[in-house]
This record gives sequence, C-alpha cells and structure tokens, in this order.
Amino acid sequence: MLTLLLILLPIAAAVLTLASGSRLAKQVALVGGLAELGLAVYAWSQFDPGAGAQFVFKYHWLQSAGISFGGSIDGISMVLVLLTTFLTPFIILSAFGHDYKNQTTFYALILFMEAALIGVFTATDAFLFYLFFEAALIPVYFLAAVWGGENRAKITFKFFIYTMFGSLFMLVALVFLYYQTPDTHTSEIAAFYNLQLSPLAQGFVFWAFFIAFAIKMPLFPFHTWQPDTYTESPTQATMLLSGIMLKMGVYGLIRLLLPIVPAGVETWGLLAVILSVIGIIYGSVIAIQQRDMKRLVAYSSFAHVGLMSAGVFSLSANGLQGAMVQMLAHGINVVGMFYVVDLIQTRTKTRYLDQLGGISQTSPQFSIYFMILLLGSVALPLTNGFPGEFLLLSGVFGYNAWLGAIAGLTIILGSVYMLRLYQKSMFGPKSNWVEGFKDLTLSERAVLLPLAIMVFWIGIFPNTFLKISEPAITQILKIIAS
Amino acid sequence: MYPIVLLSVFGIVTLFLGFSKSKNILLPSVLLFLAIALASNFVDWNQGPLLYFYDMLRVNNLTLAFNGIVLISAFMIVAISGGFQDNADSEPAEYYALMLLSLVGAIMMIGFEHLIMLFIGVEILSIAMYILTGSNKRNLRSNEAALKYFLMGAFASGFMLFGMALLYGATGSFSLSGIQAFVSIGHAAMPSYILYAGLLLLLIGMLFKVSAAPFHFWTPDVYEGAPTIFTTFMSTIVKTAGFAAIYRLLDHSFTNIYSFWWIVVAAIAILTLMVGNIGATSQSSFKRMLAYSGISHAGYLLIAVTALSKPTQNAIVFYSLAYSLSTICAFAVLILVSKEKTIDGQPDERYDAFNGLAKSNPFLAFVLTVSMLSLAGIPLTAGFWGKFFVFTSAADRGIIWITVIAVLMSTVGIYYYFRVIIAAYLKEGDVSQIRVAPFYQVILVLATFFTLLFGIAPGLLEGII
Repeated sequence: MLTLLLILLPIAAAVLTLASGSRLAKQVALVGGLAELGLAVYAWSQFDPGAGAQFVFKYHWLQSAGISFGGSIDGISMVLVLLTTFLTPFIILSAFGHDYKNQTTFYALILFMEAALIGVFTATDAFLFYLFFEAALIPVYFLAAVWGGENRAKITFKFFIYTMFGSLFMLVALVFLYYQTPDTHTSEIAAFYNLQLSPLAQGFVFWAFFIAFAIKMPLFPFHTWQPDTYTESPTQATMLLSGIMLKMGVYGLIRLLLPIVPAGVETWGLLAVILSVIGIIYGSVIAIQQRDMKRLVAYSSFAHVGLMSAGVFSLSANGLQGAMVQMLAHGINVVGMFYVVDLIQTRTKTRYLDQLGGISQTSPQFSIYFMILLLGSVALPLTNGFPGEFLLLSGVFGYNAWLGAIAGLTIILGSVYMLRLYQKSMFGPKSNWVEGFKDLTLSERAVLLPLAIMVFWIGIFPNTFLKISEPAITQILKIIAS
Repeated sequence: MYPIVLLSVFGIVTLFLGFSKSKNILLPSVLLFLAIALASNFVDWNQGPLLYFYDMLRVNNLTLAFNGIVLISAFMIVAISGGFQDNADSEPAEYYALMLLSLVGAIMMIGFEHLIMLFIGVEILSIAMYILTGSNKRNLRSNEAALKYFLMGAFASGFMLFGMALLYGATGSFSLSGIQAFVSIGHAAMPSYILYAGLLLLLIGMLFKVSAAPFHFWTPDVYEGAPTIFTTFMSTIVKTAGFAAIYRLLDHSFTNIYSFWWIVVAAIAILTLMVGNIGATSQSSFKRMLAYSGISHAGYLLIAVTALSKPTQNAIVFYSLAYSLSTICAFAVLILVSKEKTIDGQPDERYDAFNGLAKSNPFLAFVLTVSMLSLAGIPLTAGFWGKFFVFTSAADRGIIWITVIAVLMSTVGIYYYFRVIIAAYLKEGDVSQIRVAPFYQVILVLATFFTLLFGIAPGLLEGII
C-alpha cells in the first residue's frame, strides 16, 4: 500500500501544482517533493532488509491476460526510491533562481517524472515496468524540448527516438518471455526468473534488454545522444536525466537482465564488460579536453556509468553492491555538479573554462561546496564516490584482472578532468566574466548543504545504505547461480 | 440489425429535412439519429449469436462492438462537421444523408454472413464515399480524387466479385458457414486451386478498401483531395468496417487453410508497414502524412489478422477504437487550424500550419499531442495498448520476427508524428487564437479523455465481447 502511495503522491502534487497558478507553483511543488521524501523516509524506517519484497500492492489490470498492476519494495528498490525522493526536492529547489516561462507546467512535469521513476523502481509486473520506463521519457522530453537551449528541437528529437527505439526491443523481448510462461500466462517479473529458455532465446533476449538499457544509461557505443542532450536541456532536466533516469538502466540490468538470462550473460557478458570499460576510458579522455563545463560533467557521467555497468556484469557481490552504492553517490554528485555549473552560468553568462577563472577569490563558500562535490566525484576516501568505486573495481578485477586494471584508470583520469575543471574555473587570475560574482544565497545553500552532508555520510558510513540492498543482491545472485 | 433499418429511414428523412427553411435543425437531428442508432445497436447485446434476414446477417457481441466503434466515430465526425455552414456551395442535407446511408453499408460489411451481403455493403459504403470525395465541386483536386477513387474502387469491386464467383464455384456456397464446412471437410481430400484463387481475389478487393500496400496508391491523393471532414470519415469508418470484414471472413471460414494464406497476408502486412511508415517520413503536408499513417496502421492491423490467434479479436477491436479516436482528433484540429490559415485561397495543410500552436491555443496543442502520441503508440495512451495487443497476438502464434519488423517501423513512426508536436511546441508561428465551439470542445475533450483512460486502464474493455 505504501508503495502505491509513493507513486500516487507525486501525481497528486503535480495536479495541485498545475492548479495552483504561476505564483504559488514553486512552493506547492517543493512541498509535494518534501512530502514524498518524508513518506520515503517513513518507508525506510519501516523497512526490514532481510524480509524481501515489502509494502506489496497488486490489482488486476488485464485480468484475463494475467497482467497485474503491482509493486513492492525490496532492498534494491528501497535504495533507488530513496535516491529519487531525496534528489527531486533539490532539483525543484534548484529551479527557484530561474525565471522559467509556464512555471506550473514546468514543476508539474518534474513531479510527474518522479512518479514514473518510482513506478519503474517498484513495479513487480514486467509490462508495468515497461509502461513506467517509457512514461518517464515523456515529461523529461518536454522539459528538455520546451525549456532547453537553442538547438533543442533537433537534439531532443534524436534523444527521444533513440531511447524509444531501444525500449521497443525490450517490449518485444517481454512479450516473448510472457508467452514462455506456463499457460494462463503471467507477466510477473519473478515468474520470468524460472523460465527454461534455450541458449539461442537467451542470446536474443539478452541483446534486446542490453540495447534498451545501454541506450538509457548510456554505454559506449550507444551514447551519441547523451552529451548534446545534457548540454542543451535546462539544468533541471539534465539533473533528472543524469541523476535518476540513468539509474533506470542500471536497475534494469540488475532486476531483469541478469536473473532472466543468466546463460546469455555468461556468453555475452565479457563483451558487455569490454564495452563498458571502453566507455570509461573514452568518456574520461573526452572529458579532459572539454572547454564547456556542462559537457565535461556529461562525459564524466558517461564514464562513471560505464564503471557501474562493468561492475554489474562482473556478477560478483562486490560489483553489484558497488553499483548500488555508486548509483546513490553518483546521483548526488552529478546533481550537485550540474547545479554548480548552472550557478556559474547564471552568474557569469558563460560556461566555457577558458573564459572563467578566479571565482574562489570572491566566493569562499561556493568554492568549498564545489570542492566537496568534486572530491566525491573523484572518489577520494571518506567521500561518497570511494566505497562505490572501490567495490566496483574489486568486482571487475575479480572478473578479469586486465579489464580491472584498465577500468582502474578511471580514478586517475577522473581526478585529471575534475581538478582541471576546478583549477580553470576557480583559481588563476580573475577573468572579466566573473566580475561581481556573488557568493551563495540562502536557497542555494539549502540545496548544496544537504548534498554535501550526503557526500560525507555515504563516504564515512556506507554501511547504512549497503546493508539495505545486501540481502536483495544476495538473492539475485542466488537466482543467477541456480 | 436495428441500426440498419433505422439508419436507412433516417437517411431518407435527412434528405427531406434539407427542404426545411431553418438550416439549424439539420445538425442536431442528424446527431439525434446517430444517437438513436447507437442505442438501438446495443439492444441485441449479449443476446448470443443471432442470424437475421434469412441468415444473411450475423449479430454477436463482436459485430456489435464494431458497429459501436463505427457509430461513435460517425457521431464525432458529424459533430465536428459543424453543419457545413462556411461553404456556400455545400449541400449539407445530402452530405449527411449520404453519411448515414454509407453507415448502413459499413454495418452490413461488419455483420455479413453471406458474401452477397458483403458485396452490397462494400458498394453502399464506397459509392457514398465516391460522391462525398468529390463534393467540393469547384475544386479540381477534389474532382480528381473522386475520379481516381471511383475508377480504382470499381476495379477492386470487380476483383471482389470475381473472387466470390470462384469461391462459389469451388465450394457451392455463398455463406460463411457453407464455405467453412467445405474448407474443413473438402480441403483434406484435395487442394482446391479455384478456392485459393477465389480467396486471394476476394482479399485483394477488400485490402484495396483498407488501403493495404500494394493496393494503396489511391490513398494519399484521395485523402488529400477530399474535403477533410470526409477524409476523416474514410480513414476511420471505412477502415474499421473493412478490417471487421476481413477478420470475420478469415476467422470464420478459412482457419483450416491458414497455412496457405497466412504467408500472403504476412507479406502484405510487412509491405504495408514499410510503405506507410517510410512514405510518411517524406511528406510536408500533414494531411498526406495522415494518409500514409493510415496505411501504416492498416499494416499493424494486418499483423493481428496474420496471426489469427486468441488475442487477435481483442487486438483488432481495441486498435480500431484507439486509431479512430486519435485520427478524428488529429483531423479535427487540422480542420480548425487550416480554416484560419490559407495559402492562395486553399487551406494550409502543411506541418508548418501548426507552428506556434501551443502558445496561442494550448488546448488544441494538447489534444493534437495526445492524438499523435497515441498514433505513435507511446505508453499511457490507448494506441500503446493497441500495438501491444497486436504484438501479443503475433507472439501467441509464435511469429515473433514479424513484431521485430513492426517495432522497427514504429520507431520510424515516432519520427513523423513528433514533427507535428515539435511544430506545435517548439517552432515560432503566427496562429491566431482560434475560437472553438463549446460542442466541438466537448467532443475533443471526451476523445482525449478516453484515449488517456484506455491508455491507463485497458482492462476496462476487457472481456466485454
């Protein structure tokens, strides 16, 4: 029941926002986001990691076809629900400094998006999962297309067609799996785990899933939509895309791909890990050369998600657990980084590194928060990036030492591009563009402070979150092994 | 059965209403007639399979559901026609009478039990459509469209009749049950080539009516040339009735020789999908794009027919309903917008006509967006479930490869449907604020509401047939 409430509350908040008129829209949306966060924290307090799927709800949807409208929360879902509900209020708050047209629609779309994302992370029925997976695309498409930069029409169009293309193959795979279940078919995801598929079928289903999720994340070589879309979208849409929506892909790998086609993973997993590792290096190298800050963060995100995917395909407890905690950490860091870039851009009207410099001289607070988020991104010990990357790398290393070693370069390359970003924008002689750079306002601090706290919390006590997902991950690994 | 009788009477009454002095009585009375016909349609609901007119016509929940879709579509189309008051040349009474009478033909096609009934139904529907296509008398394109449609349609009817004659020669019967009896017993003894040829010729005639490739060449020109309101009529009602007829023919009589015809229909389905979707991408006229989109939707429906499995019936009903609702919305918005904007005295029917629509008319832009999303098969709209049921029917038969092609083609579909959304929301334009009559608004709101409702809760229609 609680799960259903978690899905419905943002929808109700969105409708209220639409009805509230442009003056109150922000506040209503923010209150809605915070209420949702409160509900998620309540769910967390009631949550028992060892007890499997909880807060189950299930209604008939297409009764005769065995398709149900059902959801529940287990350890993996819990982590992602917490991430989604935690980030959404800050994404809403981060828009307060902007004067967007049609504010009511803007904030309502963010909340609709939140509902769809929670739906993806909690659905227990494969077709419901698909429905939410696609439904999440529509609000973010309109956010990016209507409020985006100059080239938005072309770029968001490419993004939409690209992602839709991938997920339609997943739909074919799901329909296929549905007909493999014993008569009076069912589309429960759990029922798909027990199917005895032929190796050929496993191969096809593997690729159908892999392409869908690889486009969403994105992995090399399916990433060509990503940098442009991240750059042209308004910052809030970029945050939703990189902070949360990207996790739909990783979640899909863990929830669907690994347990349903373990033999397919055995055959093709190496290729997937290699593609992921190529992505890590490729993304990092391009990030080093960027002069556009938003693009730089976009490529860094592309590199990080490559590591998550490599860890997931290593099929080890470390790799999967690392991916879980890294999803949390990456979500927080990347939202923080995009916010920092957005702050610099609104204050200086530029986000090109060669035009910036010397910001730290006038704004000490801003520099400190930026530094904290940045250290989280480069995975310094005691920050949130560290436990995740450590576990992921140990997972990949156990899978294949050579690939592990190459993937390990991410730590070095990551510090190179991140520190370069910091150095070029914050230090050095003060450029003309940063004249009169004001330090943080109250509402800006309200966004950055909680994010900074989370950077340290996850860095110092990763166990708070690791233990939520541990039993569920063990369970998934058990299904794969059997 | 009742709608056939009622609509025939109403059609003639409407002709006489044209003599009345007050022009405002016409539209409400036609709407009333359609509402009565719709209500009478459901008198036979759940009465079990009935045969009327000396076993010429069958009534069961399936045919009643198709009748319902056709009549609801007709109601909406008549409602948005607005009485044809802005064209001095028009003859509203005759148009409405022809529309009502053509519905008689559609209902005969849906419920036929005897091949003659099918032929009469097709002819009644088609002849009315030929006239309506050419109803814009002073417009050359409208005349050309009517002539083209008529010549090609006459050929197709010839094929159909020839096919029926061959079927009669092979089986000795015109009734679906008689043919079915022959096919299930007689075929085991010998493959009857006359039977095969007859079936194929009959199918060609019917596939022409639903504009399946390679019998689609008339579609874009006719859709573009005809007045938009009749294009709407053609693309929804003719298509629904045609698919009901094709499905009932194959499902009732020819399941025993499935292995013979399925590959033919599958090939036509794939060809139709490709021609429709790829053809639509290169259009600059919205109306022409919708013509090609209509072809592509015929392709999806043909996939369901090809599979002819348990979910097929549901798939065709649901798909027809979703397609009709969205197509009517799309054309309705086009009618409103193109009335405001003209190029050289002709209504502007290009994509560019929608530029900037969201700013001046957010309501119309929203209606248009939902209908485009539904036609593209994006989740949370009825169109998604239509496609979903089509895919499940193919998977149930075990032909999953055909769904892969369909999926590729629906990605192409997203391309051209989104061009409309992009024009409405992202491009600058000068559409003035359009006044939408309240009744018109109600129709659009209801159609959009049901498109979304069936998108979220497809189970509402489950198990009623």
